[in-house]
Amino acid sequence: MSEASAPGIVRCDACPVMCNIRPGTAGACDRYANDGGMLVRVDPLVLLERTVAQGGTVVPFGDSVEWDGRMVCGAETFVTAIGAGTTYPDYKPAPFIVSTMVEGVDMVTVVTEGIFSYCGVKVKIDTDRHLGPERALVLAQGEPVGHVTTAEYGSQMLSLGGVGHLTGGGKKEGRVTCETLLDLSNGKAVELTIETGASVIVQAGRAPVVNGVAEDRMRVGCGSATIGIFARQWVGKIDEVVVVDDHITGVLSEHQAGKMLDIPPTGIRMRGRRSTPGRYFQVAHPGTGWGGTDISDPLSILEPFDPKHARAGMRMLMVSTTGEHSAYYELDEALRPIAHPLPEVLVQSVERIAENCEPALCSVVFVGGAGGSLRAGVTDNPVRLTRAVSEGITRLTCGGAPVYLWPGGGITFMVDVTRLPENAFGYVPTPALVAPIEFTMPLTQFAAMGGHMDHVRPAASLVLDGTPRHVKANAENPWPWAPLEPRARE
Amino acid sequence: MRATARLMTGSGTPRLHLQDGPIDLILLAEGTAHAVDTAYHAAVRAFATVLDRLCAELPLVRAPVTSNVPWPVDPIACRMRAAVSPFTRFGFITPMAAVAGAVAETMLAIMTEAAPLSRACVNNGGDIAVHLGPRQSLTVGMVSRPKLPERNGPDFFGNLTIDHADTIRGIATSGWRGRSFSRGIADAVTVLAVTAAAADAAATVIANAVDLPAHPNILRRPASTIQPDSDLGEILVTCGVGRLSSREIDEALACGLCLAERLAAEGEIVAAALHLSGRSVATSMLPAVSIPRRIARLVDA
Repeated sequence: MSEASAPGIVRCDACPVMCNIRPGTAGACDRYANDGGMLVRVDPLVLLERTVAQGGTVVPFGDSVEWDGRMVCGAETFVTAIGAGTTYPDYKPAPFIVSTMVEGVDMVTVVTEGIFSYCGVKVKIDTDRHLGPERALVLAQGEPVGHVTTAEYGSQMLSLGGVGHLTGGGKKEGRVTCETLLDLSNGKAVELTIETGASVIVQAGRAPVVNGVAEDRMRVGCGSATIGIFARQWVGKIDEVVVVDDHITGVLSEHQAGKMLDIPPTGIRMRGRRSTPGRYFQVAHPGTGWGGTDISDPLSILEPFDPKHARAGMRMLMVSTTGEHSAYYELDEALRPIAHPLPEVLVQSVERIAENCEPALCSVVFVGGAGGSLRAGVTDNPVRLTRAVSEGITRLTCGGAPVYLWPGGGITFMVDVTRLPENAFGYVPTPALVAPIEFTMPLTQFAAMGGHMDHVRPAASLVLDGTPRHVKANAENPWPWAPLEPRARE
Repeated sequence: MRATARLMTGSGTPRLHLQDGPIDLILLAEGTAHAVDTAYHAAVRAFATVLDRLCAELPLVRAPVTSNVPWPVDPIACRMRAAVSPFTRFGFITPMAAVAGAVAETMLAIMTEAAPLSRACVNNGGDIAVHLGPRQSLTVGMVSRPKLPERNGPDFFGNLTIDHADTIRGIATSGWRGRSFSRGIADAVTVLAVTAAAADAAATVIANAVDLPAHPNILRRPASTIQPDSDLGEILVTCGVGRLSSREIDEALACGLCLAERLAAEGEIVAAALHLSGRSVATSMLPAVSIPRRIARLVDA
């Protein structure tokens, strides 16, 4: 940066355009501006800022207003509640009630941080490993913070926090629960121990670490499911397929799917305990080998072929449920399986199995209820806000992120914590979590619901204490000012 | 590295975001996974030098075009110069009027030359270059005008679909509310043309023509008092538009539409839609071109 000729003009050297920027205006890029003679970076700081990146093939035009030197400006900036402060003890209007012209419509966003004693997180852990029985306590730092709940397909589920652990138990239990929820919600890693079960390190958007071993991929299904999914693709290419899996190992010729496709018996004989035809439990011990078992040689789970059905030249594929391991065999004259290179037609089907395995992740969903007293910071008739939110007239966002609204009374919402800006959650020693909440609606709607009209401030006149943190809006989140479908719950 | 490249892998086909200085592009390529990968890599490689090469000839591309001014060397600068040439007869214009469109179509060409793509587009802040293979089409969401139905909240998007059979491969928008300066008062003029650079230049010229000279409710300032380096120098640009009567709005739009119709008849553009203070007009089409209903939809939205 150097002083250019005219007074107050700053020459920007961030790129070769070398704009001379007048005080209070931005350069050609709209990223650098002259703030009282200083070259400042305008974008990324907790104001969400939308770039053309969010538009995709939607082309905003006619709505960008020249930056006027103030902190908040225009329909491309959304004031989130992160760091806004609260309405506590709730008789005050929300800290920021901001009006902005969006495509010629006056919109209002009521911005407040909510204090949530009734809140928790649901954690989905992509693993087939047994973490602990349903209803088992989940401990953090030795304190109970939640429990194991109903498993979902391919995933174990934990329900953590809630008013019972936050304020209903001991003092330390409340403090540790609060800390656990806060860390998980802010995307940090937390170690949890399940009573009578495993220890697991959980972090939103990362692979779980179970008993010190990081999960890699979710298997496409158990061995039996894999047979079912791919059976039709194997017809005519192979005589037998064994899908090796720690839970259920599948055998094509015996499996119901193979029978339906008229695949003849091959005389294969499996070790392990047969559950139903073509489905075997406990072919080996759990481990880090084929399909989550401890085997490295897949032939070790086979008994000799039954000569009644087996014949020389029969072709067999053995593959794991993630497609990471595979081997191809042909029976010799003595009906012994001899390894051969995988034929081209089968390479594709092994790759298809691998392709269908998604990365194992932990997801953390924050659940909170905003139907309480914080509504008084918005309107003097809180039930109208509840109704406007449930009818989809007022958009509820959490740090600018979209929420799922639970049907029924109140304003109970869920939000994927990875869709919020970093460190969006806070806490109070009550203990309770502090989460950002924004209600956005047309100004006319705000007036009609009895909103605190005398506290509405235009975004352009907003003077903030200190420097706000500017954050690029998450490209996957709908822009909070995009049109809202009536009654559409997101 | 000053330029940044980011793959946006949300829902659907991954898009590529390229940014360097004031250039901010969203690229979309469709085809086999290998073709898309090749196209994106070619785009990232080529993009690294785009801004530097343009800036090397910045004084030349910021200068008004006359037959005495030498042509630039950089291919993008040449595209800019070529795109504005048909408009020099309407007065002052610099190659900068086509910079966004020229960058967009150059980046598009780099992708389509690198790999066989069924469909591709490059969006440079609203100026879009499009490639469509056989049987392909592209739908672009467009802001037309504010509307507040009773309970539905704001609804201001209309869709424009371009088919392979159409001649349109470039879309651009200009207006005083946009990122670049305008000498006219149009909120937005959207032009459909054969190339993005042509659309960009034409949108600028048509938006300039939507005007009410000497109207007291229009705030104008010399461009250089806002941006010292502006290619428009001391020329007055629009900074604010106050209340206009409906007769005045129609008059201003008619001035722009007259020029747009002429450019369409001459084949410089395919179609244009003009917006001012909540009113919209569009060029009428030659019968052979299958656009009218789409434009009508754009305007109705």
